[in-house]
Amino acid sequence: MATSAAGGGKVFPNAAAALADIAHDGMSILSGGFGLCGIPEHLIAALSELGVKQLTVISNNAGIDDIGLGLLLKSHQIRKMISSYVGENKEFERQYLQGELEIEFNPQGTLAERIRAGGAGIYGFYTRTGAGTKVAEGKETRVIDGEAYVLETGLTADLAIVKAWKGDREGNLVYRKTARNFNPMMATAGRITVAEVEQLVDVGALDPDHIHTPGIFVQRIVQGDNYRKPIEQRTVRKRSSHAVVA
Amino acid sequence: MPWSREQLAERAARELRDGFYVNLGIGIPTLVANYIPAGMKVVLQSENGMLGMGPFPFEGDEDPDLINAGKQTITELPISSYFSSADSFAMIRGGHINLSVLGGMEVSERGDLANWMVPGKVVKGMGGAMDLVAGVRRVIVLMEHVARDGSPKFKPSCELPLTGTGVVDMLITDLAVFSRPDRHAQFDLIELAPGVTEAQLRERTTARFLAPHRG
Repeated sequence: MATSAAGGGKVFPNAAAALADIAHDGMSILSGGFGLCGIPEHLIAALSELGVKQLTVISNNAGIDDIGLGLLLKSHQIRKMISSYVGENKEFERQYLQGELEIEFNPQGTLAERIRAGGAGIYGFYTRTGAGTKVAEGKETRVIDGEAYVLETGLTADLAIVKAWKGDREGNLVYRKTARNFNPMMATAGRITVAEVEQLVDVGALDPDHIHTPGIFVQRIVQGDNYRKPIEQRTVRKRSSHAVVA
Repeated sequence: MPWSREQLAERAARELRDGFYVNLGIGIPTLVANYIPAGMKVVLQSENGMLGMGPFPFEGDEDPDLINAGKQTITELPISSYFSSADSFAMIRGGHINLSVLGGMEVSERGDLANWMVPGKVVKGMGGAMDLVAGVRRVIVLMEHVARDGSPKFKPSCELPLTGTGVVDMLITDLAVFSRPDRHAQFDLIELAPGVTEAQLRERTTARFLAPHRG
């Protein structure tokens, strides 16, 4: 399916090298992360450098100005977004209002399940989510046992870019804390999946029982360095405080 | 005197039960976590992929890989677990979460909820709200009783685009609490904020509701 690195392995020297021969104008891309947590920041930067345009990007959010997918928005590389929430991005808002950018909103759970289904070879599924709302407009709906359901279809893309904490040379991945989010499903739903990891380890270094994404779903892997990992909402408590949240 | 934001959260917390798995929405619903009764075990779910959400970290302990659905830095607890967004919404859609508390823009007398989009304004998206109201067993909405211009928000039918139909079990506003025994029933007025009369409430409400214990 995917062309491989020299020597037949999955490991590429860096994000740009992993994408250079596969990125093209007009392609669809699944991009992992929730907010700025667990985003493939080096692969996004590489797409920005490669300058591919007219992209359809499927991602829960759209980054913020100048960070994450905000980079690709700023350079007008994205034609359409499929997302559940895009609240924190001024440039996104401007382009959308100017009609330069198309947006398809999916409920977050429907988006996650569409990608899971797509990667698992399932055409579609009936869900109660969105029944009787704008989301159901134009879609097949059914009443089953007295409840209304909407048919939602599986989603795949030309390319998936995901971020994991650790990965090995076979493409086995382990995520860390809430940076997992959409990454595992997206890894299954790309015709080519490229993973970036903070730590690239030798085969055998990961406990096979603890692998979240088996290497079959990952065609290429790169180790990123100098992760920025920006925090969107830095919330803390004083050591004396009893309040759980502000 | 209308209830404050904190009092709304405190009132919603009285609906918590020992052993509940609960998802709290962004804004006032998040504050419900501050009023979990001592000794009660409540497990907070965050739809970005965590069960057993802990408090905000102490300054200096923030971890960019550990956030809640409001993108705020949080901490883990000994009971915590992490999972994918697909597993997270399997919990939500599959009816495994006992209670969802979320904000509202409008609620109809049939329990329809609108809380994600205002036509003519920039739409940010519904996030997980449609999945939560479609799948969680009990849904409580917290909102101000009237809009800024004084117009009722609890009304015969929603004018704003819907998040879900017939999904609200309890509505807590700054003036009153309404509840219903099942999703086909009408709402009952069960509490009024101190100093608020039923007549004053009805002036600010176009939805029909019952006041069974009030003659």
